[in-house]
Amino acid sequence: MLFMELTPILTVAAKEFRDRMRNRWVLAVALVFTVFSLVIAYFGGAQQGQVGFRSIEFTIASLVSLVIYLIPLIALLLGFDAIVGERERGSLDLLLALPITRLELLLGKYLGLALALSLSTVVGFGLVAVLLWRHMNANALFHYGGFMLSSVLLGLAFLSLAVLISVLARERTRASGLAIATWFFFVLVFDLLLLGLLVTTGGQFAGDSFAWLLLLNPADVFRILNVFSLEDVRTLYGLASVVPQSLGNPLTMGGVMAAWIALPLALANWRFKP
Amino acid sequence: MASISPASNAPGMAISLRGVRKHFGSLHAVDGVDLDIPQGEIFGLIGHNGAGKSTLFKMMLGLLAPTSGSILVAGTPVGGRNFRAARRQLGYLPENVVLYDNLDGLETLRFFARLKGAPLAECPAMLEKVGLAHAGKRPVREYSKGMRQRLGFAQALLGNPRVLFLDEPTNGLDPQAIRDFYATLRGLQQQGVTVIITSHILAELQERVDRLAILVSGKVEALGSVHELRERTGLPIIVEVDLAPQDCHDALHVLHQVTGVKPAQTPSGLQLQCPREHKMAALAALTPLGARVQDLRLHEPSLEDMFFGISA
Repeated sequence: MLFMELTPILTVAAKEFRDRMRNRWVLAVALVFTVFSLVIAYFGGAQQGQVGFRSIEFTIASLVSLVIYLIPLIALLLGFDAIVGERERGSLDLLLALPITRLELLLGKYLGLALALSLSTVVGFGLVAVLLWRHMNANALFHYGGFMLSSVLLGLAFLSLAVLISVLARERTRASGLAIATWFFFVLVFDLLLLGLLVTTGGQFAGDSFAWLLLLNPADVFRILNVFSLEDVRTLYGLASVVPQSLGNPLTMGGVMAAWIALPLALANWRFKP
Repeated sequence: MASISPASNAPGMAISLRGVRKHFGSLHAVDGVDLDIPQGEIFGLIGHNGAGKSTLFKMMLGLLAPTSGSILVAGTPVGGRNFRAARRQLGYLPENVVLYDNLDGLETLRFFARLKGAPLAECPAMLEKVGLAHAGKRPVREYSKGMRQRLGFAQALLGNPRVLFLDEPTNGLDPQAIRDFYATLRGLQQQGVTVIITSHILAELQERVDRLAILVSGKVEALGSVHELRERTGLPIIVEVDLAPQDCHDALHVLHQVTGVKPAQTPSGLQLQCPREHKMAALAALTPLGARVQDLRLHEPSLEDMFFGISA
């Protein structure tokens, strides 16, 4: 198990990717992204009594708050049965008896699913960019590109968590429960907990050290990445005021996302038993 | 990892196990198994559920590391540095495996051929071999249970494996398919392929395996050919003798002079429990009755009888 070969990884990845293309998963998710984005772009200001396209920055800001719910959910649902599904149908032993290491199997699964998810994201939001082309200037395009890239990273981070879940859970039903719980925790509960901590410590806990805690949640990393790329949008978020400039560097945040992709996978490989 | 075994593995064996143990906490799933299976043998592994068959299988396939003991398959350890080369020599059909519904038969085989490093050109011929050539382009979700099982078997045969591990391979097969399956195994055996097979259908195995092991609570309780096990277990042969009611008395009279024979009356005549060594004597004793013996049937103890005798 000391060395890695590419063929087994690519074989597994190709099968996973083809599966999602064939059952139209990629197409369906891309359409969901496109339709939701357009609805947000045109009706996002309805609460303020405005209907119609406002600005690309407002659109991105609205998209960020949509994507932060949607992508983690989709990624978790995509990946939670990657391994436990094989286990349940009895094919895991068969795969592991072949000339393939556990790490190769994990990486193959992850890469195939990651490609499917990334393709949906890029196509779905790319289509929106094409449709909104006449509203886009170079600057807007740059920010929109950043948004798409960070959305892909967000998906990859939660997909990595999903694969970890699929390794840890012994049954598919339990894995699906864990996936939903993970979504709930990172997307809904985590920020509330931090806020609670902030309030109960009477603000003493505020400042830089508090902001670093945000890095423990890939959804917050995604938020920081996008908030800092848009001057206008910062004001929309209360969080922006507590995030120190040191965390505003997109490269640093990209690195944190990369860690969120790599660490759960490494943990999954460590815990992977036949 | 594996500790030093009490005796070294026998050379030239397809499979060689020495002092193999697997403990899960206080559960001794496999508890000291020594086993040598020569190349080209069809070997049956039987036991109750929980006797340790699956654990033993998994260790021989390198899926589980033994708590202690050593395992060589085709002369090499299945784990460790050369695991890829070792595993290319193996074919495996797990019990009740569900293959991928979205793939068609040919794609399924290509997927496994790629992983195994077997030539893709083998795949159509392999489908043909298991009688699925007509269904190669159909998605597996439309396959019947028997067809899925045959596809699983085809997958195990990819890449000319030297050792085949088949866990309940005839599950869901109809009688004709079972016959074809064993014919294929015989053909492979002639090419020197070794086959390890488990089945709950003991009647099916007893005619088809060269040797078998009965596993009880993680230990090999009996090992040998069906014939050898019969000799060793000493279970009586059952002889059914069809006689007219008025002839039974005479028959009972002569049979009482043969030691160990226990006769009992049945509606059609007599049924004798006869120790193996007195079989010929009992038959000789019946000879003077001549044509009054209307019919006679000998029943060797079945594998099932021996299995329950040994594992009880």
